Parts: sequence; structure tokens; C-alpha cells
Amino acid sequence: MSGHSTYEPKTGFERWLDMRLPIVRLAYDSVVAFPTPKNLNYWWTFGGILAFCLGIQIVTGIVLAMHYVPHVDYAFNSVERIMRDVNYGWLIRNVHANGASMFFIAVYIHMFRGLYYGSYKAPREVLWILGCVIYLLMMATAFMGYVLPWGQMSFHGAVVITNLFGALPVVGPSITTWLWGGFAVDDPTLNRFFSLHYLLPFMIAGVVGLHIWALHVPGNNNPTGVNVKSAEDTVPFHPYYTVKDGFAISVFLLMFAVFVFYLPDALGHSDNSIKANPLVTPTHIVPEWYFLPFYAILRALPDKLMGVLAMFGAIASLFVLPWLDTSKVRSMRYRPTAKLYFFIFILACIALGFCGAKLPDDQVIPGFTSFQLMDADLNSFVWLSRIAALYYFAYFWVITPLLGLTETPLPAPESISSPVLSHPATTPTGAVASPEKRG
Amino acid sequence: MLRKGLALAALGLAFLAGPALASTHPKEPKDVHWSFEGPLGKFDKAQLQRGYKVYREVCSACHAMEQMSFRNLGQKGGPFYDPKYPNPNDNPYVKSLAKDIQVKDIDQDTGDVIQRPGIAADKFPAPFPNEPAARASNGGALPPDLSLIAKAREGGPAYVYSLLTGYQNSPAGLTLTPAQHYNPYFPGDLTSAWHGAAHHVPQGGAIGMPPPLAPGKVTFDDGKPSTIDQQGKDVAAFLAWAAEPKMEERKEFGLGAMIYLLIFSGLLWVSYRKIWKNIGH
Amino acid sequence: MADTVAGANPDPHASGDDPNRRDFIHIAASVAAVGAVGALAWPLIDQMNPAGDTLALASIEFDLSKVVEGQQVVVKWRGKPLFVRYRTAKEIEAAIKDDHADMRDPATDESRHKPGKAQWLILIGTCTHLGCVPTFGGGDYGGWFCPCHGSVYDTAGRIRKGPAPLNLVLPDYTFLSDSKVKVG
Repeated sequence: MSGHSTYEPKTGFERWLDMRLPIVRLAYDSVVAFPTPKNLNYWWTFGGILAFCLGIQIVTGIVLAMHYVPHVDYAFNSVERIMRDVNYGWLIRNVHANGASMFFIAVYIHMFRGLYYGSYKAPREVLWILGCVIYLLMMATAFMGYVLPWGQMSFHGAVVITNLFGALPVVGPSITTWLWGGFAVDDPTLNRFFSLHYLLPFMIAGVVGLHIWALHVPGNNNPTGVNVKSAEDTVPFHPYYTVKDGFAISVFLLMFAVFVFYLPDALGHSDNSIKANPLVTPTHIVPEWYFLPFYAILRALPDKLMGVLAMFGAIASLFVLPWLDTSKVRSMRYRPTAKLYFFIFILACIALGFCGAKLPDDQVIPGFTSFQLMDADLNSFVWLSRIAALYYFAYFWVITPLLGLTETPLPAPESISSPVLSHPATTPTGAVASPEKRG
Repeated sequence: MLRKGLALAALGLAFLAGPALASTHPKEPKDVHWSFEGPLGKFDKAQLQRGYKVYREVCSACHAMEQMSFRNLGQKGGPFYDPKYPNPNDNPYVKSLAKDIQVKDIDQDTGDVIQRPGIAADKFPAPFPNEPAARASNGGALPPDLSLIAKAREGGPAYVYSLLTGYQNSPAGLTLTPAQHYNPYFPGDLTSAWHGAAHHVPQGGAIGMPPPLAPGKVTFDDGKPSTIDQQGKDVAAFLAWAAEPKMEERKEFGLGAMIYLLIFSGLLWVSYRKIWKNIGH
Repeated sequence: MADTVAGANPDPHASGDDPNRRDFIHIAASVAAVGAVGALAWPLIDQMNPAGDTLALASIEFDLSKVVEGQQVVVKWRGKPLFVRYRTAKEIEAAIKDDHADMRDPATDESRHKPGKAQWLILIGTCTHLGCVPTFGGGDYGGWFCPCHGSVYDTAGRIRKGPAPLNLVLPDYTFLSDSKVKVG
């Protein structure tokens, strides 16, 4: 909870600076003394992990930009030069490319945490919406970044996505030509994507600043979903959460390192090691894994415009979630029915991800042909996409609003510190009753 | 509650388990053990040297490697690295390999286009000046650049090895032109060329490259028997190195990084536990 | 601590534990963090150093038989002009004569060439004043003359007149044979 600042400038210089630009006070209040609920679990470490990822991407990105050439005749070779000739270029490029995937793994976990614990609910609606804006900016940045190496997937992925805008009625084709800067994806497109790819991360950083500001007004949510009642419920951010976030980042780095050093191409596609050729389309155009669920939703609908609207609608649904949820209880720890639907929602998202990577007509259960339903066999990935996409939209627009009104939640605790702690203090200060149900 | 979730998850996974089975899926690449596989793998220098010889004497007639310069052969981890010459440009063997080829250049005095012997800094010579010339010499097919072929194909070096050593006689019922050659490992769709039983379209595809390797075609300086299998393995290893010359450095750095991060995580874990010891949460 | 209220958070820095032992792990963790940042800083700094392909062209071999006596050849080396001058006996004599003359950057003629190879003068052709390329043979000493601000160099490339502070710079070079020199 943002309350009275407890910062006391110690040296003469600090007092002098504090009177003119209270930046040390701001830092102290935000990351040192900031009262944080003491029961946050590891799902809460992903905010810090995300900030760390953003920093890594910006630093490695700026360094890569010292060597990369954003021209169709030189882009691919400049990336190879980075990999072969620039000192530690291979390391910086691997970190940047895999860092994007790590960034998305972390953001999805962070978002799912928000969904489960009701972190988007009042008074944190703006915090949630700012997060959705960051997510959108991340997707734009990642899309443009993937085009830059100018491999086969880079190029043809850009062709597919920019062509989507052509589906919009009346203005579609003009918008597509405007995006391209020409009659097809070519050098003008690459050059502007480079410029924007460099710009957007700084916009992300700005929105992250707003995101943290919006967080610090009400303070963090916590696994119980119950508001902080007193100072007893909190601990200062430093050293408690600096060390916990530090540990989480270190473990995250271990996973990151496995990809960077041992599986650098595992999350990519081999076709991107082939120079872009506008005349040859890869047999199987696939976006990067973090876009697969949306790609599946796009292809689920037979009509091009409907597919585009559904894809953007899937993202738009996130923005309005705070007003779709009617539940009085924040955390799904105490909402067993909601929890079940949520787990199915996660499965639907994963299923959509798988579908996005497959050819629409491929069989889900191999060797088994069932009956034709509309334009495809029922045992096909396009129908699985449709079912999963239907659940996705139903989860936001039907299940969530209805559940809040109809379910019977479990009793939530009075406060964070009520004597039902799952990790009792080792120096016994109070009674330890039955451990709180973890969830 | 959790049980229900798990059951649903299992059901979901069952739906997703099957691969997309098309009748024209190429044959899975052969299972090969490479010296450079795994987190501690290293290239076998002798193998890289043999592989380079195969490239130079067989493949370079049609395939360029535009990302490669002669100096790369002499850098750390490469086939002709000599610790006495940390700068590969000074490596005498690399310089002699470069001198064997002629490079187009401009005479500084007259401005005329001349040919001069190569130096270590020069790129590998390309067999054709441009794509149309390459296609014209190869029946319309374009021999792909090999610099990144080990990364640009599903299956990597195992695919390259299987392709090179996996040529088979065209099965009866398959009509191919003289410019096409049946290879079960090459991805493609032979349905239109197949006149046999409908559900037994042969695996693989028709590749424009005739079988490039032959027993004894390349004499190995270390005396290794020059079988198709050996040539295939060696050139695939060389191409794996060429696609990523920094692989050994990457894995070495990785080992150090993982150890450091494990220790670091351990320190932070203990620090975390100490700080939180007296807090009930 | 026995009198704290149930659920209250004790001060993590409360006295009672030995402060040295308690803080060691935190210091160790912080040091490890700084170490990690340092280890990661080196690649980010080193990547700006010349890359492999730049270093490949860092040294050149030059065939001296192309240079006529009394003349010079200008070659591009590391992006800069390189003067390779075949000095006549008269030019060498004139340079040695002035060895102890009053000059801004004193140097003997001996120090300006390789032993036994006095006729070969190999210098970086960039005026040490502000970087223009001096013209061959101009100026009072028959060495070089820089048209930008009037610096005059003698036949050993030493600054004799004008604003340049230092003699023309000697690059790193070795004779591979009597007719071949490797620069860089």
C-alpha cells in the first residue's frame, strides 16, 4: 500500500539531492521499504524476472544493432558475421533470440498467475490493462524482430501477417501497401521493421514504469486474494523479496542457459537458416511458438476476415476481463469450480498452441477418418482448433461472468496473518493451527 | 479436483500424440554417433580435415559455401588450427590451401580485372557466378549453398549423412526423368510419378543431385578407408562445423556458466532461507 | 522475542545472532552477483573490438619489386594509406646528415628503417597534425609536403616544418624476404 515515505536521507549530499530531485526517495520507497504481503509465493517472482528479461533484451539488442545491417542484400550475411566473426557475437545473438522465448514463457506464467489469483480485479484494473498493452507491444516487437534475420521463415512469416490486414474491408489493401512501403514485403519493409523493433522496447520500458506505478498504488495482490489489513501482513521489499526474486531469477537463468548454450536452435525453425527467397514458399510456414495459439485461432475460422477478427478478439478479451468477472472472491484458491474451468482453459491454450503448428487437415488421431463436418473431417486439427477456440472465448464471455454469480466459494481467511500459516515462523511467536490449504 | 484436471490433461495429450502421417514422409535419418554431439561434444579434427577434402574435391564443383573463408579453416576449433599460429591468417597450411585457387581482383595499377592466387582472407570460391548460371549447369536445379545446410535441414548432420549414403535404385513403378534421382531420405511427394499400388507410394522424393560419393573417390591423407559411408560421415561433420564453427566454444562457455549459476543459485537459496527464517508466511 | 504479538514479524537484523556469521552468506551472494555481472560485461565490451573479418585484413603482404627506385607506392592498409618508398642513396645521405639537426620529434635515420634495409622506408601516410595525406616529394627536404596546413617532412619522414607534432608513424612490419614485406 503506498503510504507515508519513511526515507531518511543520511548524508549531506542525500539531503541536498532529496530537496531538488527526490529520486533516491522514490527508489527507496519503491524497492526497499515498500510494504509487500509476506505470503507471496513463487508465481509472484515473474514480475522481477520479466523486468530482468527486458533489460537483457535491450542490452543485447543494442549491441547486436552495432553489427546488423537492415538491408535485404546484407541482413542475412550480417547475422552470420555476428555468429562467426564478431567477438562473442554467437553468445549475444543466442541470448537475444532465446531471450525472446524466455520473455514470453515468463509473461505467460505472469498472466496465468494474474488470472488465477484475480489480480486483474478492482482496484487493479488499470494495472491489468497496462499489462495487456505491454503484451501487445511485446508481440509486435517479437514479430518484427523475427523478420530481421531475413531467413525463409522471417520473410514468409512477414508476408502472411502483413497480408492479414488486407482482410479489413475497404481500407485493407491500402493499409497493407502502407505497411509494406511497396507492393510486397521487401527492403522498405525490412528497414522500417528494424527502426520500429529498436523503438518499441523503450516504449515497453515506459509502460512497465506505469505498470509498476499502478501496482504500487494498491500494493501487490497475494495468494489469498485478501487485502492487506495492517503492517503485520507485510514485510519490506528489501531484503525479503530482493533475495527471493534474485533466487528466482538465478533459477530462471539456469533454464535460459540450457537453451543458449546447449539448445540454441531448438525453439526456432531450420528454414530460417535459409536466405529469404520470395519465389519459394516453405512447405510449412509456422510462426514462433509464442504466437501459435493465436495462429490456430486465426486459421480456425474459414473466412479470412472472421479469422482476423477472432485473433484480435482473443487478445481484446483480455482487456475487458476485469468487467467480465462477477465473482466477489479474488483468488481461485477459494473458488474450486472456477479453478477447474481455469485448468481446462490452460489445456485449451496449450491445445491451440499445438494446433497452430500443424497443418489444418492433418489428423489428430492418426489413421482414423471420421465424418466430414462442414469443410473438414472431424478428426482434424482445424476442428480441434475450433473446439479449443470456442472454449477460449466461452471462458471469458460465458463461464467467467456466470461462475461469479452461481458458484459457492470456500471461506477466505480474515487476513494474511491470521493464525493459519503454511510456513510458521521457526521462532514460535504464535499458535500454529491447521495449515492453510495451499493452492 | 486436481485428479479431474490430470485426467483431462491425459485425454488431451492422447489427442495430440500422433504425428501428421502423410504417405510421403521421408525416411527418418539414420542414427549416427557424432563426436560433437551432447553437452561435452567436440569436433574430431582429423574428421574435419577429411570432410574438407571431400567438400573441396567432390561437392565444391557445384555447391558454394559463401559464408566460409580460408582463414576459418585455421581458427580455433577448425580443421587446420595450429596453436603456433593463433591468427589464422598466418597459418602456412591455410595460406597454401588458399593459394591453390584463383580469385578475381583488380590490378591496382591498370584497373583491369585479373586473377590472382587466393590469400587466407579470401572466401571459398563459388562454382557459379550467379543463380541462373548454377541452374543452367544443373538441369534447372539449384545446388544449395552448404555453409548452413547442417542447420537448415530437419535432422541436421544426420540428415546430410543419410541423404548422401542413402541413394537407392528407383523402385519399379516410379517414373523419373534422367535429371531426377530417387532418395528415400529426401523430402518430397512422389504420388504424381508413382504408378504402383495407391497406398504404397515410396517414401522420400526425387532429388536433382545424382549420387555424389563413390568408393575411393577421395583419398584420405590419414589412410582411413575411403568408403561412401566414411566420406558421408566426414563431410557431414565438416558441414556441421561449417554451420557453427563456434560450437565447441559455446559448449565450453556453457559448462562454466551452468556451474556458476548452480553455485550462485545455491548461495541465493541459503541467503533467502536465512532472511526469511523468522517470518511466518 | 517472547513478548511479540502473534503473527508479528521479528526484525531480521535483531541482535542475538553473531552478525559476522549471519551476514557472510549475504555478502557471498552479493559478490557472486557482481561476479556474474562482470563476467557478462566482458563479452558485451569485447564485441566492439575488431571482428574476425576485420582482423583478417589487418596484415598485408607487399611485393617490393613493384616499387621503382626514387619513387613510392601507396597501398591501403587497415583503412589508411601506407607509403612504401624506395629511397635513392642521395635521399638516405641527406636524411642521415640531419640526424642531429634541431627538430620537433628527434629521431635518427637508423631508427626509421629496418637494419640493412635503409633504402626501404615504410610509413603510414597520414599527417600527424590532422590526418591529411601528404604529397610525395614536396617541401624543402624532398620528403613529403602536407597541403592542408603546410607540414614538411624530410626523406626519413621526420617533421621539419609546419604544425604537425610527430614524425610520420612507422607501422609494424617484417621482411619475409628481400622483395616481400609483411605489414601488420
